[in-house]
Amino acid sequence: MKTTSLPLAGKPAVQVRPRSRWRHWPAALLLLPFFAMLILFSLAPMAWVLINSVHTEQGLSLANYSDILSSPFYRQAFDNSLRISVWSSVIGLVISLLGAASLRRVSGRLRRLVVSITNMTSNLTGVPLAFAFIILVGTNGALTLLLRQWGVIEDFRLYSSNGVILIYTYFQIPLGVLLLYPAFDSLDDDWQAAASLLGARLWQYWRYVGLPVLAPAILGTFILLFANAIGAYASAYALTQGNFNLITVRIASLVSGDIFLEPNVAAALSVLLMLMLLLVTAVNQWLLKKGARHAR
Amino acid sequence: MRAELYHRSVVAVLILLLTVPVLATLLYSLSEHWGATILPDDLSLSWYLQLWQDSAFLAAFGRSLAVCLGTLLLSTLIIVPAVFVVFYRFPGLDKLMNALILIPFAVPPVVTSVGLLNIYADGPLNITGTPWILVGCYFTIALPFMYRSLANSLTSINVRDLMDAAHLLGASTPAAFLLVILPNLRKGLMASLFLAFSFLLGDFVFANLLAGSHYETLQVYLYNMRQTSGHFTSAIVMSYFLFTLFLTWLTARFGK
Repeated sequence: MKTTSLPLAGKPAVQVRPRSRWRHWPAALLLLPFFAMLILFSLAPMAWVLINSVHTEQGLSLANYSDILSSPFYRQAFDNSLRISVWSSVIGLVISLLGAASLRRVSGRLRRLVVSITNMTSNLTGVPLAFAFIILVGTNGALTLLLRQWGVIEDFRLYSSNGVILIYTYFQIPLGVLLLYPAFDSLDDDWQAAASLLGARLWQYWRYVGLPVLAPAILGTFILLFANAIGAYASAYALTQGNFNLITVRIASLVSGDIFLEPNVAAALSVLLMLMLLLVTAVNQWLLKKGARHAR
Repeated sequence: MRAELYHRSVVAVLILLLTVPVLATLLYSLSEHWGATILPDDLSLSWYLQLWQDSAFLAAFGRSLAVCLGTLLLSTLIIVPAVFVVFYRFPGLDKLMNALILIPFAVPPVVTSVGLLNIYADGPLNITGTPWILVGCYFTIALPFMYRSLANSLTSINVRDLMDAAHLLGASTPAAFLLVILPNLRKGLMASLFLAFSFLLGDFVFANLLAGSHYETLQVYLYNMRQTSGHFTSAIVMSYFLFTLFLTWLTARFGK
């Protein structure tokens, strides 16, 4: 069967032989450990969460969900998570957008330096990040003392929702820059020249040409930043020792807390968290589609 | 000219925003005391000396290295043949694989932990609190990086032609894989391993929830040290940060 060299529409030669389906069982065996690990540590836990979220002492019911939605404590957790994720994503997005735009206009050496700094600092997340910020702007942090001495601030409350937003924004910026920077390749420098020849001001160029072209990249980056923030746990937990009410902190304390454990409620919270992520992604897709229709 | 100045200052602010926390931590870790003054009093390496003589720190660091390196070894042994088999024998599976490897990436670790804690707390696989459960989770963290990078390498070489050539020259399929395909994958594999390593070293969620004090890794140790001197914790933060920097540098070198 020397058919490989013939242009058989790209079909592998082996498919020509009869019973080819069963010839590859030794090869398929090599896939077995791969799927076993994936099922054991990714699919099975997911399935457990989905099934047990509707599992209560009275059998199958939505009681876990109604308990969560009627509890002011859990509603506050959702509120906090949503607010902190949206704010840190928006602020991080704006900073990285401005940064990425200017990055294209500076010399190559400076640009390479910034790209390596963003790469570097994208490693500073979680517990180490929280500690760095405690050292810098905690109650006795260097910057806090400095600003207090200058009389700029009375006190910066790092262990509050503003502090959590600050820390989240810090880890969003490197991610935002790394994701948005390549997107600026889609902007042709000639367009700006053409726009200004036609009498457009700089803001008009960005409003009617630049931002619409970048819109898909911006929306896509926003989703990734949002997902990154809403699933985050370590930074906020390390900063406030689990006292700040976030969904992820609540889920973790329901499965490994010191009080009593309620894994089924944790499962229902997890499902709601993922539904929120799905909803945001769906809205994003819808906006993208609308934008694409608009452009036509 | 005005535009140039604007762009330069934006970039300068960006650099400042990103580096100030790192520099402050570095300065703090190098200073003996830092009271109510703007700059620290005495510079010294004493906090680092103390840290690197601390047996609890060294043990935690060792545990982190062991579980991360163990995971990467296992992942390599499982993922490399699997990707090759998908590309060579079952190309139709590639789409499914791409969807599957995204699941661990899209689902927050806290959510996965809920299921893992309940499945492996008892029953036949009682591995909660042992490094084995971490190895399993870390496999799923490393998977997207490794699969994608190996798949990219395999797309860039022509697997079928290379294999046919090797077969014509008398090599068996395993020999052809080991001698022809594997050397072509080395670069992409190394780059993805270093990247995955720095990701795994940064994990706190799984380490804290699934193993906790039973198997204290570097991040959990760092968290447990929160009550000690800020100078001491910043020495830990900087040691960890410099180590991941070294890894990123290696990644960049191997990625070229």
